[in-house]
Formats: sequence, C-alpha cells, structure tokens
Amino acid sequence: MNELQFLTWVRGPGLNIAIAIFLLGVLWRLFEIYSLGRKKDLSAPRHTSGASGLHTVFRRSLPPPGMLKRSPVSYIGGYIFHVGLAIIVFLFAPHILLITNLTGLSWPGLPSQFVDMTAVVTMAAMVVVLVDRINKPVKRFLSTFEDWFAWAVTFLPVLTGWMAVKHLLLPYPTMLALHILAVELLLVVLPFTKLFHAFTLFGSRWYNGRVNAHKGVPV
Amino acid sequence: MSASLEKGIRVLKEVIDAPIASYFNSCVHCGLCAEACLFYTETGDPKYTPIHKLEPLRRVYEQEYTLLGRLKKLVGLSKPVTDGELDQWQELVYNSCTLCGRCSAVCPVGNDIVYMVRKFREGMSVSGHAPEGIDEAVRRTVTLGSPMGIKLPAVQAQMKHAETNTGLAVPMDVEGAEYMVIMSSMEIINFPEYLESIAKIMHQAGKTWTLCSTGFEATNGGIQLGNSDLAAVIVSRIVEGAERLKVKTVISPECGHAYTALRWEGANLIGRPFTFKVQHIIEVLDEFRQQGLIKTEGFESDKLTFHDPCQLARRGGVIQQQRNLLNSVAKNFVEMPDAGFMNWCCGGGGGVTAIEEAEPLRLEAFKRKKSQLEAVKPDRLVTACAVCRSTLEEGLEHYSMDIPVVGLTELIADHLVETRPLPQKEPQA
Repeated sequence: MNELQFLTWVRGPGLNIAIAIFLLGVLWRLFEIYSLGRKKDLSAPRHTSGASGLHTVFRRSLPPPGMLKRSPVSYIGGYIFHVGLAIIVFLFAPHILLITNLTGLSWPGLPSQFVDMTAVVTMAAMVVVLVDRINKPVKRFLSTFEDWFAWAVTFLPVLTGWMAVKHLLLPYPTMLALHILAVELLLVVLPFTKLFHAFTLFGSRWYNGRVNAHKGVPV
Repeated sequence: MSASLEKGIRVLKEVIDAPIASYFNSCVHCGLCAEACLFYTETGDPKYTPIHKLEPLRRVYEQEYTLLGRLKKLVGLSKPVTDGELDQWQELVYNSCTLCGRCSAVCPVGNDIVYMVRKFREGMSVSGHAPEGIDEAVRRTVTLGSPMGIKLPAVQAQMKHAETNTGLAVPMDVEGAEYMVIMSSMEIINFPEYLESIAKIMHQAGKTWTLCSTGFEATNGGIQLGNSDLAAVIVSRIVEGAERLKVKTVISPECGHAYTALRWEGANLIGRPFTFKVQHIIEVLDEFRQQGLIKTEGFESDKLTFHDPCQLARRGGVIQQQRNLLNSVAKNFVEMPDAGFMNWCCGGGGGVTAIEEAEPLRLEAFKRKKSQLEAVKPDRLVTACAVCRSTLEEGLEHYSMDIPVVGLTELIADHLVETRPLPQKEPQA
C-alpha cells in the first residue's frame, strides 16, 4: 500500500468502519448503563430552588468553593484543553466541511490561524495535565494503563492534525492519513474507555443533582 | 469462593443501578475527590482518595454489567474480587469514610461517591467485612433496643429526672400527640439536658408531644453498617410506634445519621411512604421561632461558632435554620471557613466512632476541624448532633484545646421566655 492508497483507505472504508463502531458503541454503552434503572425514592421530598438534576449539570462545570485553589492545574488545564478540543473539532473549516459532507449540517468556522494557535495551546495544556498526573501522588496512584492510553489517543489527533497543516516532518498526504487514522483510533476506543465520560457526565451530574435535590440540597 | 463472599458479591450486583454505572463510566481519575476528603487532606495518603475506596465495587460492575468486562471475565482476563481484598478494603470503606459526602459535592463529572460507598457497605456487611465495632453496635440495637444497650427503664429514669428538674410532665405513649420525640442513646446517657430542653420548649410552644415506649431509640447503625435488612428492623420500631400513637410528626434528635436514617432512608427501607412527617429538632425549633410560638430573651456574649453536622446540612438540607436560631440568642456568632454546605466533618460520622481501631486515624483527621477552629478562635462551639459533639469533645481534648461544646437545642432552651406557667409549680405557690 502506497501513501495515496493509505490515504484513500483511511478516508473511505477506514472512516466508515470507525464511525460505525463509534455510533454503535455509544448507543450500546448508553443502553448498557442507563437500562439498569434505579429505584423510586419513597421519602417525602423537600423542595428548594436551585436544586435539580439540570441545575447540577450546569453548576458542576464550575469549581466548588475552595477547590480551584486546592487543584489549580486540574481546573485551569482541564478548561483549556476541553475548550481547545471543542474549538479544533467543531470550528476548524476543514472539519466542518467533513461534517457537512457526512450530515449536511454546516456552520461558520474560525480563521485557520486562530485554530492553529488553539491547537498549540491545547497541546501545551495537555502536556501540563500529563505532567501533573505524573507528579501528583493522588493522580499517579489512581492512574492505570487506560489513563495514559486515553491521553495518548486524544493527543495524537491534535498533534498529527497540527503537523499536517504545518507541513512538518512528513509529506502532507502521509501526515493527513496518519491524522485521520489517529482520529479513527480515538473514535473506536472512545465508547469503551474513560473517554466515554464525554457522554455519561451529563447523566452522572443529573443523577447526583436529582438525588440531592430530593433532599432539598442544591449540589 | 466462600459462601459469605458469594452472598456479598450477589448483594453488590443487586445494589448496582444506573447512577452507579454512570458514575463509574464518568470517572476520569482526576483525583479531585481526594482534595475534598479530610482523611486524605490530613494524612496525604493517596489510598484515602474517595473513588479508590470503591475499586472492588467498580470491578464487580465491570465484570457483571459491561459487555467488555464480561468477555474479559469469560477468557479469564479479569481479577475477581476476593475475601482478602475486601478485608483490606475495610479500612477504606469504613474507618476512613464518615459518609460526609464532600467528595460528591466536588466531583467535576458529578459522581455521587458517597451514594456508592453507602451501597458498597451493603456487600461488605453481608460478606462479613464490616468492622466488629459497628457490627456489634447494630446487633445490640436489634436485640436489646439500642447500640449502647439502653433499655426502657433507663429512658424512664431519664424522664423522671427531667420532670424533677423542669417541673414539667414528660409524656410517654400519649395517643394523638402532635409530636413524637425520639432520642439517641448518647442523649439518654450523656446529654440529659436534651430531654429537659424539649420539655421546656414544647411547653412554651403549647404543643402536645410524647415519647414512645416501643420506639425511643433514634440511632440506626444499620445504615452505617450498610445493612438495609437490619436498618429496616430498627427503623420499623419508630414507624410502628408513630403509627400506633397516630402522631403527626416524629422529631429526629440532635443526631445526624439518625436523621438520614429516618428522614431519607426510612421509607425506602420499609418499602412504603410514611404516614407521618419527619423533622429534625432544629427544623422544628426554627419553625416555632418563625411562628412566634417560642420567644427567646437575652444574648450569649462570648464568641460562638457552629459545627454543621454533615447529615443535617450537606446531606440533609438543613443549613439556614441553625443560623437563624443562633443569631436569635448570640451576639457574637462567627462562621468557620467552609461552614454550611461545605463544612468539614468532625471525623466521627458514618459509624467511625464505633470502630476502636480507627481512633488514631480519626484523631489525625480531626486536624482539619482544629485548623477550622483556629481560624476563628471561638469561646464555645455549638453543634446539633450528639456524635459530632462527643467526637469534637474528644478531639479538642486530644489537642488540648479548651473549647466547650454545646448542643443548639439546650442553648435555645436556656434563652426561652417562659410565658406559660409551670403546671406542677402552681399548687406549690
């Protein structure tokens, strides 16, 4: 397989397979998790304004009192790379074009220089949180292979994409093919690793908010 | 696999629900829950990270309820949960967790970690891996009626004592009374002023109330042990008593877990909603105050601060009432850092005080409370939970801090304006 054949494969069958596994995986995992259900709470509820599942879905996006100071790298680094990834994935013109081709949906993108800068900042933030994971005793203690692996499969698409745009190291078609392959790897593993928090986080926050709202406690 | 382990795993499988599945899938190992846990912050030992305390439960979830986990189990790639492991986890699930729920309040992905610890304890208890201290206390409650072995005569003696001291009747088994009062053993034995305060307050408020001879013990170690069957037996005594006496409201005493056990878990333990209301004494007092049923006079002039019992505030939703009450009788009430919703646990909740071998760790964790107190330097410390109170007293003594601890109910009773005459004193006058 030469470079062009490789690129053709990752853009065609490779992408289709990855998207299929991703979609079926997400649906299966969501079913597997939420079909377990939960028992109805029979205690008399207490009603307090600001306490509900939905409130917590939003409220938990901000650090609770005192927490930012206790773990600034987690919060600041976390915000930067999550927002950065969202900008890169959804607001880079070539990515929007791909989504348009797949779904017909389209929206305006950001200037490529801005996305380029975002990619650099995102990678820097990801390296910082990785170093933090290595340095902080609690994070290191909790880390398993999956944590390092999830970091790598998230980092690689950003790195290869940025290098492709910058024409670094390898010829553009090869780097682009590697970039797409890295994204496919990410799509395939996302439903089956901790990266699935991208989906379950809403359910988790909602349950926590709901269970505590029953007691009249806004969490 | 031993029979008890098999039973334990079966129970763990039963308690795993959609929220738990969602929580385990959401955890990104950020470790922020550790920063919220006093057992981690005061020891610096990563093993006390709250989410880590659930590792065996997580593996049961993965192996039983996920496709990949089941496949891994099928080909022998997964590590089964063993008796040895659960034994090792006892310290993490019980000794170093007071069910305070701070971790659940900070998790960025929203995991309700304390919800999972409570459920994990169900399996720990059934498989025989709960600490002896809690286990014995619960069994004493089931067989004798109270964790400290207190029986009805002790309560009756306490009633007489209160009647003599206050000149008021302390009713027992009065059908149709508006309020039924229950007490924690600690209040029956160590803090008799509670019952006296109740008698005075109810008299001034003009409310009918009663104790119940078949349901006087409020504490329910069953929920701390994590044994819903035993917890249901214990809570049923109160439910049956309240229904027999047809009371409108049962007043949970100054005890955090008793409140959680009755107010939030009770109906779920017996499988049906209650026919009566459950209120914490602090809620009742603030209601009386708002309705003008009780009035207070005079102010404490020394510097007071309030320790929020976790089960009352963060886990129970009673946060403002105690502040209203304190401000009505204290001129110099100051808040500790993180007071209210995010208050730090005294270190003794969740059954921890019943675990003898956990004492050194509990005193280590108390350094958090110590530094909170050092920030405000109060003359006295007020709280509304008998377990908090004795844990605080022990901790303060251990660190040679001279700060008396008082219960909020008795503080309010001390300031009551006595507008209604004492019935028993009238003939004497």
